[in-house]
Amino acid sequence: MSIDMSQFFGVFFEESQEHLDEMEHLLMELSLDDPDKEDLNSIFRAAHSIKGGSGVFGFDALTGLTHVMENILDLARQDELVITKVIVDQLLITVDTLKSILDCYQNEQDINWEVIETGTVALEQLLKPTDEHPSETSKSDNEEIDGFGMFDNPVTNEDEEFGFFEPLEQQTEEKAYGIYAEEDKRKQEADATQASTPEQSVDDSFGFFDDEPRADKVIPASIAQDKSSAAPQKVSAQPTPKRASIPAQANKKAAATKTKSDTKESGSIRVDTMKIDSLVNLVGELVITQSMIKIVGKEVHGETEEKLEGAIGELSRNIREIQEAVMSMRMLPMSFAFNRFPRVVRDLADKLGKEVNLVIEGGATEIDKGMIEKLVDPLTHLIRNSVDHGIEMPEQRQAAGKIPAGTVILNAEQRGGSIIISITDDGAGLNREKILEKAISNGLDVAPDIKDSAIWNLIFEPGFSTAEAVTDVSGRGVGMDVVRRNIESIGGAVEIESHQGVGSVFKIRLPLTLAIVDGMCVSVGKQTYVVPLTNIIESMQPTTEQLKTLANDQVLWVRGEYWPLVKLHQLMGIENAKTDISDAIVVLVETSRKRFGILVDDLEGQQQVVIKSLEQHYKRVHGVAGATIMGDGSVAMILDIESIATEVKAPSKQEVQNVS
Amino acid sequence: MSASAQVAENNVNEEQQEFLTFVLGEENYALDIMTVKEIRGYENVTKIANAPDYIKGVLNLRGDIVPIIDLRIKFQVGQATYDEFTIVIMLMIGERVVGIVVDEVSDVIKVNDTDIKPPPEFGVAFDSAYLHGLTTVNEQMIILVNIQKLISSDELGLFDPSTTAEHE
Repeated sequence: MSIDMSQFFGVFFEESQEHLDEMEHLLMELSLDDPDKEDLNSIFRAAHSIKGGSGVFGFDALTGLTHVMENILDLARQDELVITKVIVDQLLITVDTLKSILDCYQNEQDINWEVIETGTVALEQLLKPTDEHPSETSKSDNEEIDGFGMFDNPVTNEDEEFGFFEPLEQQTEEKAYGIYAEEDKRKQEADATQASTPEQSVDDSFGFFDDEPRADKVIPASIAQDKSSAAPQKVSAQPTPKRASIPAQANKKAAATKTKSDTKESGSIRVDTMKIDSLVNLVGELVITQSMIKIVGKEVHGETEEKLEGAIGELSRNIREIQEAVMSMRMLPMSFAFNRFPRVVRDLADKLGKEVNLVIEGGATEIDKGMIEKLVDPLTHLIRNSVDHGIEMPEQRQAAGKIPAGTVILNAEQRGGSIIISITDDGAGLNREKILEKAISNGLDVAPDIKDSAIWNLIFEPGFSTAEAVTDVSGRGVGMDVVRRNIESIGGAVEIESHQGVGSVFKIRLPLTLAIVDGMCVSVGKQTYVVPLTNIIESMQPTTEQLKTLANDQVLWVRGEYWPLVKLHQLMGIENAKTDISDAIVVLVETSRKRFGILVDDLEGQQQVVIKSLEQHYKRVHGVAGATIMGDGSVAMILDIESIATEVKAPSKQEVQNVS
Repeated sequence: MSASAQVAENNVNEEQQEFLTFVLGEENYALDIMTVKEIRGYENVTKIANAPDYIKGVLNLRGDIVPIIDLRIKFQVGQATYDEFTIVIMLMIGERVVGIVVDEVSDVIKVNDTDIKPPPEFGVAFDSAYLHGLTTVNEQMIILVNIQKLISSDELGLFDPSTTAEHE
C-alpha cells in the first residue's frame, strides 16, 4: 500500500502551527508562582502532538527539540521542576525555533541544524540542576526515542515506495539523531521491534494520525523493560493519554482531557479556503444571475408578472442570506492576530527596560481571514512603535506623575460596514516640534502653523523617524510608510490622534472583507469603471474658469489648490468619450502620496462590487486593481488609484505638499 | 471492459488525435480538441487599457474574467467583423481560460499521426513554430495549430513572462 504522505503534510503544518501558537499563548499566561496544572498539561500535549506528527512524517528536526521540551514540561507538571522565568523564556525561544523549522519544512528549505542543537542543549541545561537522577532521565530519553524510531522506521524502510521522502531522509537522518549518541543501537532495537510487528500495522501507519495506537505498541514493551524505575515509566506512558488501555498511572485527568478535546473536535471541521473561495464565487454568480432574471422579468406582463415578481423577491432574499453565510465562513476572530502581541510586548518591554501592560479588547470581532494575514505586520509595527516611542521609561513616567507601568490597549470593534482597530498608549504622545523639525530638515515644504492632524500624518512619509537613536527596535525610518501602504493595500486607512503627555491613538479603519469593495461606478465612452470609495474625496462638475493650463498640462483649481487631471479616456484609450471638460465630471481622489482629479463622462452610482482577479486568466494591467461583474453580466474594471497616481505629474511643488 | 477492447482503444489513442477545425478568412485550421472548453457566440467584451488590438478585451465566463483574442487581427487573415455568427472558442491552456475569435467552426476530425505532414516554412499566417503540421481531409488542406504553444507564447503576450514558464 503506498499512499502519498505529502497529502497529509498540509494538515500537519497547519495543526503544528496551531499547537505552537497555543503553546506560546499558554506559556505567556503561565503564572510563575502558581502554574496551572491544566495549562501545563495543554502545553505538554501540544508539544507531544507535534512530536508525534513530525515522527510519523519524518520531520526529524522537530522531533528532537519537542522531545526535550516534553521532558521539561512533564517534570514541571509533576511538580518535580519549578517553573522559573528562565525556563519560560527558554521554552518560548524553543517555540520560535520550532516555528522556523516548521517554515523550513513547509517551504522545503534547508534546516539549520546548529540552531536546533544549541536549542536542545540549552533546554537540556534547564533539566540538569533539578534532576536528581540523571541516569534515569537519560534512560527514559532513550526509551522515548525508541518509540520514535518506531514511528520513523516504516518510512525509512519503505523508502523506495515513497519517492517523496527519499531526499529528505538521506539528507537529514544522520544529522537528526546525531544529537543522541546511541543512535545506532536504538535503530537496531527499533528495527528488531519493527520486524516483529505484523505487516498489517505497517500499512496502518500510513493512515492519517494512526500514531497513537502505534505508540501504544511500543510503550508497553519499554515499560516492561524498565519496570524498576518509576519516573521513566510515567514519561513513556504520557504520550498515550487517549488510550483506554494505559496502565494505572494514566489518571483521571487524562480521561477528562479526552472528553474535552473530543467535544472540541466535533464542533468544527477543517475546510480548505479554496473551497470556501469557490463557494463565494458561485454565490457571486448567483447574485448576477438573479439580477439578470429580474431584468427579463420586467418583460413579462399580466398576472404572471406579479407572481414572478414575488418569486424573484424571495429568491433575492435567499441569495442575500446565502451570501452572508458564505462570507461569514471566511471570517475569523481578531484574536488570531492579537494573540501574538502579548509576547511581542513582553519581549520588547524586557529589552527596553520598560513596564508595559497590554490590554486586548474585542478579540472576538470577526474579520476576513485574508485580511488578518495582511494585518499582522502593520499591527506589529504599530505596537512596537507604541512600546518603543510611546511609553516612557518608568522614571520618566513617575516624574510626569503617571504610574510606572505604561498601558497599551489594542482594541477591535465593528462599526457599520467597517472594522476599527485602535492601538492606544498612555505614553508621551507625538512631539509636534520634533516632527516639524524633521519634516523641514527632510526638505518637506511645511507651514509652521500646520494643523496637528496634518503633522501626525507626516510620520507616514518615507524616511521619517524622530527617534533620537536608531535602535534595533525601531527608528530607521522604514516602517510607518510601509504600514500605511500595507493598510491601504487592503482597502483601509490609518488615523492618528495624539496629545502631548497623555498618549496617542492609532486607528485603523478596514472594510469587512477583501472580496468586496465599495465603489463608485463611472462611465467613460461605453465602458464602466469602478473607483474605490476609499479613495474618493468628492465628485464635481468643473467650470471652464476652474481649468488652468500649466506647462501643457491641464490642472483644476479647486478651493485654493491645483489638482492635476487624469483623463480616464486617454489613460484607458477609450473612444467616444466626452472631451469638453465643462460637460464632464471630475472625481477628486487621494492616495497616500498624491491627490488628483479623474475626468470621466458620468457617474453611474455607488455600489458594492465583488473583486475578481484579472491575473487568473490574463495578466496584471497597469492602473487596474481587478475586475468585477456588473448586474447585467458585463465586466467592469476596478481602478487602482495608487498605481495611476504614479503617472500623475505634479504641476507644482506647492500642490504636492498641500496636504490638509 | 475486456482486455482486448482496451488494447484496441489504446491503439486508437496512439495513432489518432481529434481536432476541431475552424476557419480564419479563407484558410482551414484545426486545434487539439482536448484544449477546447466550450464554443459560444461572440458577445460584447470589456476593453483592456493599452492592450494590443488583437486582444479584444475580457468577458465574464460564469464568474471568471477571461481574455478574448481575435486571431484574425493577430494574423491578418480575413475581415475582423463581429455579428451573430462570429464564434468564440474557449480554450483551457493549463489553468487558464482564453477565448479566441474565429470566423467559423466546422467539424471535429480524427487524424492519424501518419497523416500529419510537416508544416511549410512559409505561406501560412502562423509562424511554423506554432504548427503541428498539415493534413488533408476531403482534399482540403487543414493546418494543425499547436494552440497551447501559440497562446502561451511571448508573441501574444497574454500572460506575464513569469507565469508562461509553467505552461511549457
